[in-house]
Amino acid sequence: MNQRLPNSFRTGPDEHGHFGNFGGRFVAETLMPLILDLEKAYAAAKADPSFQREMNGYLKDYVGRPSPLYFAERLTEHLGGAKIYLKREELNHTGSHKVNNVLGQILVARRMGKKRIIAETGAGQHGVATATLCARFGLECIVYMGAVDVARQAPNVFRMEMLGAKVVPVQSGTRTLKDAMNEALRDWVTNVHNTFYCIGTIAGPHPYPMMVRDFQCVIGNEVRTQMQEAEGRLPDSLVACIGGGSNAMGLFHPFLDDPSVEIFGVEAAGHGLTQLHAASIAGGRPGVLHGNRTYLLMNDDGQIQDAHSISAGLDYPGIGPEHSWLHETGRVTYLSATDDEALDAFMLLSRLEGIPPALESAHAIAKVMELAPKRPRDHLMVVNLSGRGDKDIPQITEILKGRKQ
Amino acid sequence: MTTRIDTRFAELAKEGRSAFVTYVMAGDPDPATSLDIVKALPKAGADIIELGIPFTDPMADGPSIQAAGLRSLKGGMTLKKTLDMVRGFRKDDNATPLVLMGYYNPIYIYGVDKFLADARSAGVDGLIIVDLPPEEDEELCLPAMRAGLNFIRLATPTTDDKRLPAVLANTSGFVYYVSITGITGAAAADSKVVGEAVARIKRHTKLPVCVGFGIRTPEAARAIAQHANGAVVGTALVDALRTSLDEEGRATSKTVTAVADLVASLAQGVRGAKQAAE
Repeated sequence: MNQRLPNSFRTGPDEHGHFGNFGGRFVAETLMPLILDLEKAYAAAKADPSFQREMNGYLKDYVGRPSPLYFAERLTEHLGGAKIYLKREELNHTGSHKVNNVLGQILVARRMGKKRIIAETGAGQHGVATATLCARFGLECIVYMGAVDVARQAPNVFRMEMLGAKVVPVQSGTRTLKDAMNEALRDWVTNVHNTFYCIGTIAGPHPYPMMVRDFQCVIGNEVRTQMQEAEGRLPDSLVACIGGGSNAMGLFHPFLDDPSVEIFGVEAAGHGLTQLHAASIAGGRPGVLHGNRTYLLMNDDGQIQDAHSISAGLDYPGIGPEHSWLHETGRVTYLSATDDEALDAFMLLSRLEGIPPALESAHAIAKVMELAPKRPRDHLMVVNLSGRGDKDIPQITEILKGRKQ
Repeated sequence: MTTRIDTRFAELAKEGRSAFVTYVMAGDPDPATSLDIVKALPKAGADIIELGIPFTDPMADGPSIQAAGLRSLKGGMTLKKTLDMVRGFRKDDNATPLVLMGYYNPIYIYGVDKFLADARSAGVDGLIIVDLPPEEDEELCLPAMRAGLNFIRLATPTTDDKRLPAVLANTSGFVYYVSITGITGAAAADSKVVGEAVARIKRHTKLPVCVGFGIRTPEAARAIAQHANGAVVGTALVDALRTSLDEEGRATSKTVTAVADLVASLAQGVRGAKQAAE
């Protein structure tokens, strides 16, 4: 690509919500006034020191931040290369990075006077985080979840219901995350007057990709400080899994303008890139869906194709628009890991460190297993452990049973 | 540039009645039956045809039109075949305005310039693209206007007086007022409230205003047509089509007439309406 590289990778999006050619506001007119309201409300919140103070208070005492940056000594020894640190987002209240974003959006919703919160969820981590904060602030909560995901992530469905949320199984389309998002958009368009749509990733129409990124940047900002304390310098590389890409962007963004830091995003390659997968950058092309232009899996007629990943949280045929831009500018390298590689990584981290990762995060670990051995022992590699694997244990038990037979 | 849409509204104004606008999904349930249905629409009383472009993820549509799109895609429909269908329709009908309605991605992937050229030569008069608000006008709206196609914008109950001028700025042909906040096929709006909304829009534009979403019966069509320059019916037609299919979802001998008969009865409703004072 012959485009001029920007002076900074951290200034986007422009006022129309564009990251280069990606992003934008591709929504029905009914939603447009709301999106403009949200943009204003978020800008006002961002400029208000009391909003930041409120955020920081809850992040510390309710979420339990900062999350540790943990030196994975046995994994490092086992792989025999780079020194591997885990950013322990799985230790957050609710068990993943999702809560960072939900907290921010719920506080914005409160400022806007919205009492009804809707969300889409894949693995259920975003749904659980949303249900949790709605319980905390006494808000009505409706979570749309593909019927397929309801079946494979049963523990999270139970958790959301226990927290008082209504979980709506979505039967349309492929009955996974993409369809849950369609259904949430249909709810929003119907209940515009009182409803706040709490999107779980850095996708959707502007300002969502920017706003969600901003709320997730706490991850990378903490890593900067923590790595300084641990090693007295910047990390040399960052690795994170990508569905929509919010945990990855939260880790990456604060380092985008540090050229010495290598950055790797890991998409879900499912059964393999020539078969069913969920790797939009590796196997897709730019198109328009769910409010933004970004890399998508589709056929030659522009019809969106089914994604597949063992991990419900990565089972989405798109990716956040800022990732599409970082791919085209070459600042971030996008790799992919298959279902089997993720399962192996899940087992390895469980056995070596006593930390079962979420199947989503296991994709990042899978690529660490390839990247770390090729790097010197003084290379500092940070991997985002975006969620914990408890929710996946029933599913993994089934798969392992099948393998033994 | 005068399009078939402009001509049709001028004719209707002379007759002193509102337009009956029908929506069906291109290729539902198969390309051949779908073309027969579209050909039958003007004879049954449709003044303007909206033809849906099938899309896998129609985020502003209710279950009926979602299912119609999936039936159509399963039958092998594409955007290219949709344009072929328009060509087939134009062989016998050079007067009825035809508007394509859908989502942006299939057009974006087809290529905007190529699509506009092909659509115009096929005999398309206008476009309604749900996920292209004025904020994204440079994508398709402005190129469509330059190519001589009407870009018909949706106005909604959330489009307030402050925003209306932006929504109307590059609109041509007519304005499509979505009478409810919601998806296609949802509950109908009160015709009095709709009348007030249409009057509000008319304070900002000389374009005809057609009203859709939630109109299912001749009575509802008449009530809406009294307050607007046109009434749009979609989901009710798609439902009539669906109930005519066999267990495998294939067309039967009743499919074309099921749609045409309902169009005829709705058209009576619209024709029974007195045109509101301009």
